[in-house]
Amino acid sequence: MSIDGQLLPEPGRTSAFFTDVTTCIGCKACEVACKEWNLIPATNEINMRWRGRSYDHGQGLGHSSYRHVKFVEQNQPLGGQLTDPEHPFRWVFLSDVCKHCEHAGCMELCPTGAIVRTEFNTVFVQPDVCNGCGYCVVGCPFGVIDRRPDDGRAFKCTFCYDRQVVGEIPACAKACPTDAIRFGPYDVLREQADRRVELLHARGVPEARLETGEGTSVGHTNAFSLLVDRPEPFGLPPNPIVPSMHLKVAWTSALLTAAALGIVLLGAFAVG
Amino acid sequence: MDLEHADCVLIQGSSMAEAHPVGFRWVMRAKERGATIIHVDPRFSRTSAMADIWAPLRVGTDIVFLGGLIRYVLEHERYFRDYVVNYTNAAAIVGRGYVDTEQLDGLFSGWDPASKSYDPASWFYDAGAPAPHSPNEPVVAKDASSQNDPTSQKNPILSNNGADVGSPRDRAVAGGSGARDPSLRHHNCVFQILRRHFARYTPEMVERACGVPQKTFHRIAQELCDNSGRERTTAICYALGWTQHTKGVQVIRSAAILQLLLGNIGRPGGGIMALRGHASIQGSTDIPTLYDILPGYLKMPEALSHEGDDTLAAYVSRHGNRLGWWAHTETYMVSLLRAWYGDAARADNDWGFGLLPRICGDHSHFPTFCDMADNKMEGMFIMGQNPAVGGQNSRLERRALAQLDWLVVRDLVETETAAFWYDSPEIERGELRTREIGTEVFLMPAAGHAEKEGTFTNTQRLLQWREKAVDPPGDARSEAWFIVHLGRRLRARARAEAKANAEAATGADAPLLALTWDYELEGAYLEPKIEQVVIEINGYRFGDGAPVAGFSELRGDGSTACGCWIYSGVYPSKGRNRAAERKPKGRYGHGWGFTWPADRRILYNRASADPEGRPWSERKKLIWWDPAEARWRGFDTPDFPVDKSPHYRPGRPRASGVSAKSDIAAGAARPAPEGLDGLSGLDGHAGTSPFLMQPDGVAWLFAPIGLKDGPLPTHYEPVESPTGNLLYPGQAANPAAERFERPDNPLITSGDPAYPYALTTYRLTEHHTAGGMSRWLSRLAELQPEMFCEISPELAEEVGVSHSDWVVVRTPRGAIEARALVTRRIRPLRIDTQLRVAGTIGPVDPATPSDSPRPDPADPSYSIQSATTSDSVASHFRTIHQVAMPFHWGRRGLVTGDSANDLIPLLGEPNVSIHESKALLCNLEPGRLPRGAPVLRPGLDSGASHEPGERG
Repeated sequence: MSIDGQLLPEPGRTSAFFTDVTTCIGCKACEVACKEWNLIPATNEINMRWRGRSYDHGQGLGHSSYRHVKFVEQNQPLGGQLTDPEHPFRWVFLSDVCKHCEHAGCMELCPTGAIVRTEFNTVFVQPDVCNGCGYCVVGCPFGVIDRRPDDGRAFKCTFCYDRQVVGEIPACAKACPTDAIRFGPYDVLREQADRRVELLHARGVPEARLETGEGTSVGHTNAFSLLVDRPEPFGLPPNPIVPSMHLKVAWTSALLTAAALGIVLLGAFAVG
Repeated sequence: MDLEHADCVLIQGSSMAEAHPVGFRWVMRAKERGATIIHVDPRFSRTSAMADIWAPLRVGTDIVFLGGLIRYVLEHERYFRDYVVNYTNAAAIVGRGYVDTEQLDGLFSGWDPASKSYDPASWFYDAGAPAPHSPNEPVVAKDASSQNDPTSQKNPILSNNGADVGSPRDRAVAGGSGARDPSLRHHNCVFQILRRHFARYTPEMVERACGVPQKTFHRIAQELCDNSGRERTTAICYALGWTQHTKGVQVIRSAAILQLLLGNIGRPGGGIMALRGHASIQGSTDIPTLYDILPGYLKMPEALSHEGDDTLAAYVSRHGNRLGWWAHTETYMVSLLRAWYGDAARADNDWGFGLLPRICGDHSHFPTFCDMADNKMEGMFIMGQNPAVGGQNSRLERRALAQLDWLVVRDLVETETAAFWYDSPEIERGELRTREIGTEVFLMPAAGHAEKEGTFTNTQRLLQWREKAVDPPGDARSEAWFIVHLGRRLRARARAEAKANAEAATGADAPLLALTWDYELEGAYLEPKIEQVVIEINGYRFGDGAPVAGFSELRGDGSTACGCWIYSGVYPSKGRNRAAERKPKGRYGHGWGFTWPADRRILYNRASADPEGRPWSERKKLIWWDPAEARWRGFDTPDFPVDKSPHYRPGRPRASGVSAKSDIAAGAARPAPEGLDGLSGLDGHAGTSPFLMQPDGVAWLFAPIGLKDGPLPTHYEPVESPTGNLLYPGQAANPAAERFERPDNPLITSGDPAYPYALTTYRLTEHHTAGGMSRWLSRLAELQPEMFCEISPELAEEVGVSHSDWVVVRTPRGAIEARALVTRRIRPLRIDTQLRVAGTIGPVDPATPSDSPRPDPADPSYSIQSATTSDSVASHFRTIHQVAMPFHWGRRGLVTGDSANDLIPLLGEPNVSIHESKALLCNLEPGRLPRGAPVLRPGLDSGASHEPGERG
């Protein structure tokens, strides 16, 4: 379903974000729209400090920052861009957000059932159920989910669930002036992203690539990005790992250890 | 929005992505469609990050760069010949008295050194030249039909060719209709003058003066040329990076010349986009907050002019034009007077023309603040402005506020301006003491934009209505409320005085008493009904009050009233507010808001068709002449009389079916005041003249009148520049620049080694101008919490600071502290600083390379003269470091910091009085600014000798 080309949320269909660094102008409207809509508190002592990571003075994604724009200055050229041939340079902006993983580490570890999967196939923390245990924080391979210092409950991007249920698109995508954040059904956006990469390759941006989580233990991520570099310069893990990936090894070794112990024990009786 | 149709977008003098992120959407759309995006800017900004090409440029050298492009277009014959010959004044022949800067080393003829001003008479078209062609005859290749046309022998305009007829603008072009050489070969035709004028703007010169590598320059020039012509168009976007110079208007003129040569005006995806500074700032020039114009760009009458604005007739003959659209000046003026003074504006009292206030000189921002500093003013209203932070040489401005008896500040928060008397750098330093300040300050809380209704008019001239979402809190009220109720109280007082003393009614209070001030008040707060104001602006019939459908219905006989003629049509009938309409249709979104004038989305769109009225190409069609219907049609409202045939010629019998009173689609139905030959207004223009505001119907490559600093753009260095003028060594800065020479506004002598770095200012996306609307909002404030300056790693090393360290930035006006943001986004440039200047401006001694220790200004033996030794003519390439600073911070709000405007001098561009904030000199010192200590050092920084609290 769409209005004026804008894809709208549909229950039962996977909602997705496609964030494109080649059209992001680093205006931070997404950050502001997100905080306004979600009524995220501002804490002057923590937030209003010079950090000087280029134009980024924020703390990164966290309990009070569900969208965050990273400013990456690199001494290398951008495909197709003419700057200073002797001192090549580029400046890339990535609006980062919770990935809403297919295999969500936070959800796997949540002991209370506070973290659920919605009818839009997004990962949602129910603040009234969360007891602040913090297991989810270590479970997220992207370092997204975080606890607020006041009551210890965990917060992260809600994918504007409250907007989606009434047919509205998330605040960040709504505010983005250059459509660098696109919202829509996963399958539609995923195909758009492939076409976008092809177009950029044809236009002389060979470094354009998608970061979709596919092939890693998180499975596909509902929020995926078009980057112009490896994930590391953008502070993203090259191979995100969900805790459950270790389950097989952990349980196997635990069982084997138990079995070995059992044998040793039995042996002890037998010998004894 | 039309930017989306561009094949190439050149952004210069603007970081559009940062300061206009929403408008940049259309640039990104163009890019997605394959357009080339070019950004020319001293720093690699968020705009550069999106561009295909970024060219670093030394601040203040835009005219060299644009002049280089103009020369490239001319020398490589890449201009759009049919467009240039027919739609510009390239063929006009300039009088023999004209002498160019080429001969006069940087000055034009007509310069009077005593008054430091130009007499433009020698720039006029040649009034004595014979008429080789019919006026405005379209000249398409190998079409010689006009030569045989008997009517061309009798030129109706030429026959009226008396230098004493009409306004100065009429006189300036009086010769042009006859004296044209469409072959563009005549020695003194504009085209050849242009060619000679820009001959020295070579690619080598661009590299030497601007620091743009020749390879990059050539690539940009090729992109512009390849993306212009019949099939393709290029757009140019600029903002305050072009205007805030002592030559700002001429920078924009350079862009206009370039776009006209390339045929990019009036066409889809073309044009020059003036990105306005903030919301509705376009509206605030249309219905001006400027001192020298009235609504709809009517001139403000002057009290002390030689030619006189004493009567309406004198005013109209001085400021109107016989030919072109301004022939309607009287109609619009009478309608304005009727709107303001109602029944007090009558035929027998010159329509109340005498009630209008008069100006008697320059009443712009700087002269006003200088007067205030000199204790010549009693009080001031400041609304929506924060000069204590946003004003240049802010120390002077803050000290000036202390000289007032009373000050009214209306704002959303208690800004630095409202708090200057107890919280300012001057108070902190002990320069001013609260108990000694006599200014009574009234802070009136203002309603925010969501708390009041009204319209915005932004960059694209689009009026958009905005509803009120919530009531303002507490005592906060709208501006309209404040002005209307202030007016009611003042009028009540004036009426009471008039009752007591009959003379008062005819004295100074007469205009106040004559005002129509009958706005209906509504709601609990007694807010004026804004719709009623919109109807007044739109215009209405005087008897029944019915809105007029557009400016075509305005009359000069007093039967209509109109508050701003260009906005007429926004409220065409009872209950229909077009600014509030939200149903966009078609390519240009007609039906969403209302674009002045007459809902035209692209001005001068007649130029999108060839002289015959056919689109230049299918790909770039916009409007065209439909011979079957005998009218113009297309995707936009024609900016041309809708039934005026391309074949119409003044003085020829009209083709059948063409109205004798061909006027604009929504244009004037009444024939304009007629000239001696019976032709005036648009009837004096041919059907091939798209630029209908101009008296000669064509766009001016060369301005025979209207500019105070020359008919063509010429490169001058900023008043404070690290180098001399490579192009015109005898003329460093704009000779006509307004300099406010006073002890508290000291200037740096160019080449002064104590101030070796070029400084420029800019805005961030995260903050709003002087910060009143962002520093108090946590979600914006946290995004850019501290004042910083951008410097290159090379400069950081030279100064001895690392990223995030504090630095002190110093000029003779003041010193501020900022974080050093060390980045390769700002590059040192290799510039030819060859200086050969006789007289005042001294070069840096070439024997003192920039990397050797600079003279210490604190050293008693230091003097500026000691550096003024060289008279070498050899090229001397030197590394020029540039420092870039945002200016949003002040002492108040959630995030605080020093303001860059403390550093900026008062300097005025001669035409529009804008300041020079984009190119000046400074010094950097590591460390923090000592608090509480005098910021200026006595004897070293002039102006420091002022005693604290001194009252002028």
